[in-house]
Amino acid sequence: MNHHHALALLQGMLRIRRFEEKATELYTEEKIRGFMHLYIGEEAVAVGAMQAIGPDDAVVSTYREHGHALARGIPAGAIMAEMYGKQEGCSGGRGGSMHLFDRGRRFYGGSAIVSGGLPLAVGLALADKMQGRHRVTACFFGEGAVAEGEFHESINLAALWRLPVLFLCENNLYAMGTALARSESQTDIRLKAAAYNVPAESVDGMDVEAVEAASQRAAGAVRNGDAGPYFLEFHTYRFVAHSMFDAQLYRDKAEVAEWKTRDPIATYIPRLQEEGVLDDATLARMEAEIAAEVAEAVAFAEAGSWEPPATLTRHVYSSEGPAP
Amino acid sequence: MTATIRTTYREAVREAIREALRRDDRVFLMGEDVGRYGGCFAVSKGLLQEFGPERIRDTPLSESAFVGAGIGAALGGMRPIVEIMTVNFSLLALDQIVNNAATLLHMSGGQFSVPLVIRMATGGGRQLAAQHSHSLEGWYAHIPGIKVLTPATLEDARGMLWTALEDPDPVLIFENTALYNTEGELAADAGAVDIDRARIRRAGRDVSLFAYGGGLRKALAAADQLAAESVEAEVVDLRCLRPLDGAAILASVAHTRRAVIVDEGWRSGGISAEISARIMEGAFYELDAPVARVCGAEVPMPYPRHLEQAALPQVETIVQAVREMLGHG
Repeated sequence: MNHHHALALLQGMLRIRRFEEKATELYTEEKIRGFMHLYIGEEAVAVGAMQAIGPDDAVVSTYREHGHALARGIPAGAIMAEMYGKQEGCSGGRGGSMHLFDRGRRFYGGSAIVSGGLPLAVGLALADKMQGRHRVTACFFGEGAVAEGEFHESINLAALWRLPVLFLCENNLYAMGTALARSESQTDIRLKAAAYNVPAESVDGMDVEAVEAASQRAAGAVRNGDAGPYFLEFHTYRFVAHSMFDAQLYRDKAEVAEWKTRDPIATYIPRLQEEGVLDDATLARMEAEIAAEVAEAVAFAEAGSWEPPATLTRHVYSSEGPAP
Repeated sequence: MTATIRTTYREAVREAIREALRRDDRVFLMGEDVGRYGGCFAVSKGLLQEFGPERIRDTPLSESAFVGAGIGAALGGMRPIVEIMTVNFSLLALDQIVNNAATLLHMSGGQFSVPLVIRMATGGGRQLAAQHSHSLEGWYAHIPGIKVLTPATLEDARGMLWTALEDPDPVLIFENTALYNTEGELAADAGAVDIDRARIRRAGRDVSLFAYGGGLRKALAAADQLAAESVEAEVVDLRCLRPLDGAAILASVAHTRRAVIVDEGWRSGGISAEISARIMEGAFYELDAPVARVCGAEVPMPYPRHLEQAALPQVETIVQAVREMLGHG
C-alpha cells in the first residue's frame, strides 16, 4: 500500500473518532440532544468502503452515520451544526444526528427506520441503469436490518433487475441490545444474500485495508454494467453504547474489552509504525490537524443560527401551494 | 362545439399513462402485474406491447421495495408511476410512503424532493370483502408532505396524472374501482387539469353536498332526486383531499347554509370529520343547520352484497340526510 494513502486512511479514522469523542462531550453539555448513535469502533468500515465510492456514486446511510458523512466529505462543521440543530447544518437543522443529507455529495441520508434506506438505494440504482449511467449506489445498514422484510424485498429486486447496488452490512453483533443469535435462526448473513443469487463476502471490518480491498473489488464488479448487486458483510464492533441512553446491560464488559484489542485505529498505528510509514511527529501533526478541524466545527456550530419559527412549515412541499 | 369521444374511466387513465410515457422519457410504470397480465383492473392493458418491459415493469409482490424503489428512482431523476393493486396492499408500503416519500424533503432541509406518483385502486362495492375494499384516502390525507387526489370524473381520470407527474412532490392518486367501467363523453383534446381545487359539479342553493371519488356519482344522483322534490342541492367534488380546498367548501356553505358530507370512508377521525371541523371554524354563523355526514359504516367490509351495500353511503341515505336537515324527513 502506498504510504500516503495509508496515512490518509489512518487520518480518516482518527478524524471520525475525535469528532465523535467531542460530540459525546457536547451531548453531556446538552448542546446536542435527541438520539445520538456513535460509530466509535467501526471507523474502518466507513473509511475503507468509501475509498471505492466515487463522487458520482450515491451513498445511502443509517442513523449511525456520522462516520459515513465525514468519510464522504461532508464538512465537519456542517455535520456538527446539524447535530446542534442550527440552520447552517447539512440538513438545514431539520434532521439532526440521524438525518444528515448532502445533495452535492449524493449523500441520501440517514434513515432512522432500520432497513428503510434499502429500497431507496435500489431505486437510485434503477434510475442509473435506466439512464445508462455507470454509477454505484452504496447502501450501508446494520446486521439488524436483515431481520426486516425490506431487506429481503430490496436485495431480491436489486438482484432480479441486476442493479448496481453495493450492499454494505455493518455487523456489529447487536441490533440495539439484541444479539444476532437471539434474533436470527441463521446467523451467517452472507447466506441470506447468497440465497438471492447475490455474490457475498465476509470481511474483517476492523482492518481498514481489508475493508478497502474488498470494497474496491465489489464496487468494480457492480460498476461493470449488468453484473448486478454485491454484498459485503463487515465484522465490526461498537465500543460504546447504542445511543446515549443505553446502560449496556446486554453484553459483558469482557466481550467489549476483547473487541477493543482489535480497535481499528489502535491496531493500525503500530502496524504503520512497524512498516516505517508513520513516525511520532507525523502522528502528532495528524492529531493536531484533526483537533483543529474539530474545534473549528464546534465553533461553526456554536456560531450558527436558529431558524426562526416563522418558517416552521417550510420544506413540507417544494413550493408554497395552497394551504393543506 | 368541442369534439368528444366516448370512453371509460379505465381507458381515460390508460390514455393518461400512455400520453405521459410518450411525452417524457423519464416516465415509467411499475407495479404488480402491470405488464403481462395487463393490470389487475386492466388499466395498463396493451402498454407492455407498446412501450416494452423497461418502461412497463412487473414487480415481485414487494410493495415496500417497489414503492421505495420508486422513491429512489425519483431521487435519481426518473418520473416513476408506481401502481399498487389496492389501497389495502399499500399498507405494506406505508413505511416508504410515510417515513420516506413524505419526509425526505423536510429531513434534508429542502435538498431532496421526491417527484413520484403512486396510483392505487380504492373503495368498495364489488364484494371483495374486508381486505380489498376500504377507502383509506382520508387517512393518507392526514400526512403532510404528500398530495392526495381522488379523480371522480373522466376529465380528472384523464387529466390529473400529467399534472401529478409535473409536481415536484409525491402525489397519491386513488382510483375508485366502482368507477373503472363508467362510460361517458370526454373532450377529444382533454388534457392536464389542476390538482388543488374543488369543483362544483352541480349548482344549487338549498344544501351543499360534499363528495369525492366513488361518492360523487351518488351525490349527483341524490341531487337529481332532490330536485324532483324542489330541493336544489349543490354538489361539490372535492377532487383533492390534500390540499383540501377549504375556500371552496366555505364558499359553498356560505351560499347554501347547509352541508352534508358524503364519504365512503369510516366516520370516526375521517376526512368527513376534517371537513366538518373546517366548516365549524370558518362558517359556523352561516349555518342554518348542523353539518350532517353520510359515511361508511364502522365495520370492516362484509362480503355479502346486501351487507356491503348497507355499509356504504347510498343515494337513498344521502337523500334522507338532506330531507331530515330540511325538516322534510
